[in-house]
Amino acid sequence: MTQAIDFHAILPELILSGTIVLVLLVDAFVERRSWVAMPLGLLGVVAALVAALSLVGADRATFDGAFRVDDFAVLFTVFSLAVAVLVLAISLRYFRDVGRYQSEYYFLLLTSFLGCVMMPSARDLLVLFIALELVSAPGFLMAALRKSSLRSNEAGLKFFLIGVLSTAVMLYGMSLMYGVTGTTNLQEIGVALGRDLPAGKETLALAAILFITVGFGFKVSAVPFQFWAPDTYEGSPVPVAAFLATASKAAGFTGLLQLMFVAFAAEYAFWTPIFAVLSILTMTIGNFVALQQSQAVRLLAYSSIAQAGYMLLPFALVTADVGLNRDVFAAATNYLLIYAVMTLGAFAVVTAVARESRTLAISDFAGLARRAPLMAVAMTVFMVSLAGIPPMGGFWAKFLVFRAAIDRGGIGVLLAVAMVLNSVVSIWYYLAIPRAMIFQEPERERPFAAPALVTGVTFLAMVAVLAIGVYPELVTHFPPLSTLVGR
Amino acid sequence: MSTWERSAITIATLLPLVGAGVIALVPRDRDRLVRGLGIVFTGAAMVVALALAAGFDYGAGGGLQFELNTRWIPAIGARYHVGIDGISLPLWVLTFVLSFLCAVYTWRYVPSPGKTKAFLALTLLLETGMAGTFIAFDLVLFFIFWELVLVPMYFLIGIWGSANREYAAIKFFLYTLFGSVFMLLGFLAMYFRSTPHTFDILQLQAYGAGGGFTRTFQLIVFGAVALGFAVKVPMWPFHTWLPDAHTEAPTIGSVLLAGIMLKMGTYGFVRIALPILPEGAKAYAPWIGGLAAIAIVYAALACLAQKDLKRLIAFSSVGHMGFVMLGIATLTDVGINAAIFGMVAHGIITGMLFFCVGSVYDRYHTRMIAELGGGLMQKLPYLGGVFTFVAIASLGLPGLAGFWGEVMALLSAYRPAEVLADQLPLFRAFMVAGGIGTILTAGYFLWMIQRVNMGTVPERWRESPFPDVVAVEWVSWVPLLVSIVALGVFPRLLIGITDGPVGALMGLFGG
Repeated sequence: MTQAIDFHAILPELILSGTIVLVLLVDAFVERRSWVAMPLGLLGVVAALVAALSLVGADRATFDGAFRVDDFAVLFTVFSLAVAVLVLAISLRYFRDVGRYQSEYYFLLLTSFLGCVMMPSARDLLVLFIALELVSAPGFLMAALRKSSLRSNEAGLKFFLIGVLSTAVMLYGMSLMYGVTGTTNLQEIGVALGRDLPAGKETLALAAILFITVGFGFKVSAVPFQFWAPDTYEGSPVPVAAFLATASKAAGFTGLLQLMFVAFAAEYAFWTPIFAVLSILTMTIGNFVALQQSQAVRLLAYSSIAQAGYMLLPFALVTADVGLNRDVFAAATNYLLIYAVMTLGAFAVVTAVARESRTLAISDFAGLARRAPLMAVAMTVFMVSLAGIPPMGGFWAKFLVFRAAIDRGGIGVLLAVAMVLNSVVSIWYYLAIPRAMIFQEPERERPFAAPALVTGVTFLAMVAVLAIGVYPELVTHFPPLSTLVGR
Repeated sequence: MSTWERSAITIATLLPLVGAGVIALVPRDRDRLVRGLGIVFTGAAMVVALALAAGFDYGAGGGLQFELNTRWIPAIGARYHVGIDGISLPLWVLTFVLSFLCAVYTWRYVPSPGKTKAFLALTLLLETGMAGTFIAFDLVLFFIFWELVLVPMYFLIGIWGSANREYAAIKFFLYTLFGSVFMLLGFLAMYFRSTPHTFDILQLQAYGAGGGFTRTFQLIVFGAVALGFAVKVPMWPFHTWLPDAHTEAPTIGSVLLAGIMLKMGTYGFVRIALPILPEGAKAYAPWIGGLAAIAIVYAALACLAQKDLKRLIAFSSVGHMGFVMLGIATLTDVGINAAIFGMVAHGIITGMLFFCVGSVYDRYHTRMIAELGGGLMQKLPYLGGVFTFVAIASLGLPGLAGFWGEVMALLSAYRPAEVLADQLPLFRAFMVAGGIGTILTAGYFLWMIQRVNMGTVPERWRESPFPDVVAVEWVSWVPLLVSIVALGVFPRLLIGITDGPVGALMGLFGG
């Protein structure tokens, strides 16, 4: 079957691809001032953002339904591009200070973001795979971008090895799934699994689901596939860590949402217990290891593992009840959005501090409240928000998950209790950086110089976290966010 | 309903928040201006609150006044529902009065290490959180205000506290958070079990009173919700954060903590736990009463062993809150009235005691009873006199405010609600324990007065030129001292307000 390609539907991706090529050319022709790659990239991302916004309310499919633009896709496309704007903004000064490989970095970063932008529209195992690899592969290089640093090399290598391994497992799972159902289209897989499969094939399908989950488990750094995250975050340039913790993780989750709610929904009885275990392990191990961290980026890395645990929890709540599944789905997506805002803000502050402290020990934050009150207040807001204390945005993220869990009853209540206990534990380490910033005196009195763009991102994120905290409708009103459920 | 009636509560509650924002924008070196703004904003909020109290219809009995119920977060089912009745009013007004007096006190005393701007901004933020808790009639809104106090208090203790401040601050945070997350789960459970699903406290009360919730459900959810309230009160054995927090907190932190924040817990019992989950309340009442009785005796014994003046008063709070909880546990009109009276009286008296200790510390730079060595009345006659007076009020001397809450609580324990008829001997035993507690309380306060206020001035302080009570202190104390006497002589001032709504609420228990 041949059909015309719907160019409007893929316009954001097209613009972004064009930008990527331009950015690559910059290095070849204007080597001296390769930082111009950043404004150029920014322009492209903003153009893509406009294109994505023009698709609001659309419901289009192209490439035989492998690529679909619906409310869910548009929401996360816009989200990824917005994150791209912010990550670009905090990158400029960081990489100008470093001085080398600037345009390469922007090329790689934008390529990764292309993957993030494709992911929510990918409704086919193959497209999903391409999107995921597009996110990951440049990530391996970016993590190792500080070539002279041993840690950065380690970061890249670890990320690469574990990434490739889990990709292989996932690809194997996808091929099995194709073997069982005879299709790679998510919707059709859903239909095929909904019918009664012959006895032998049922087991095969379940194995395939398990393998695919592993691949995405790596991407979202769920325990036991989390080992790479702390080392990689720590070794990578800070803006890259910010990207990995937000856009890259969000891409993993959007893919997972599509798979579980569209393709594998019929087999929920098989995979919900897996997610329950994954969720509890991830949040608990993430939190308890975070308690012992003395380095800011590692702390944020473990925090992001723990948060992944909270985001995996809704998956464990899925039942046959479509109404409940909608709430569950909305809880997961809202969590993702709010999590990204506060985590990006926190990384922006860390980027600013990285200019004067290479090691980024928590003690390097000492006295920041005196030297840079705005940064300190903002960081406190992000940390308290990550811990889920009202009136910050992070509270609503958790609240929606609790809400869905209590509504689910049974196992949901147990999961909710595990999650609240984890939240209480987490406050200890989330307050570690504010403690250093506010309770301790600065080691040196010289004024703190944060780049204007980084300050801007920090401020923006802080305002967003507070605004969502006071008026959560800002995010919860997105058209029930659940266009994927119950189709 | 006029605009004023719809918005008065919101204006008063949010004014401090606005003040915090304004103060945050003032340059750091304009110290006087910052302090002035603190007084202006708390003062303005207090004026609005008092104006509202003046317009309050005291004859109306139950039912909300100055109510506002409007859209907030439809996706979740939470509404911005605020209002005030005779139970909320005294505590809500007390919040503004105490906060204002604290701001006045701060005009002169900013605890080390200074940073007046942050200090006042956080205090104002705290005020909004506390005041909001007493007017919220939506569980989600209630929870937001409830948790809003955590962060400011954490920093008030952690930055301006004494030696062991960081430990005390995080302990306070962890304890209260631990309790409140279970409370949140309980709220969600109530939401999903009610038909139609609602977070509205009044609708849930009606639903609960109509027997909407099953007994098993009530037992579980009452436990979860009560845990959150009990940590905040704090009930024995969840009290251990309190002595640390109080001892380390700066003076006005202690005043607000004891004066208002603890009442959020007991208020929660009266407003939410009892009326919505009556079966649960009935089942838990003997346990709550028992823990309250233990708290009374335990706190009194602990007080006898304290060497630090501030820690002594902190433990005395545990005991006084024990009386409040005993009153609540009886599920009677008299008991709940006693509890509310006790809350207000304890807020005024213990707030005042912490002011006194703060001023003593300001002069002597020690809070150790042995180092103070007595003779306060000789050295500083006014401060010594005020301190003695307040201590005596706190031990429950008839004619002063502390008396009524305790005696009514004990009386109510003699005859608990009809639904608790089979527990009668138990409650009588609690009454006896409480009675012993009052004797011990008198004992440790008198002993404290003897060791600190009486006697002669020790050698080491004889030459120290300490100022006696200064103008700022008089301004911030006199209103409290007057109220101690006024409430002691005319308890109707308060019971007259609370009796109507309490009666409406407690009809459930046939008491």
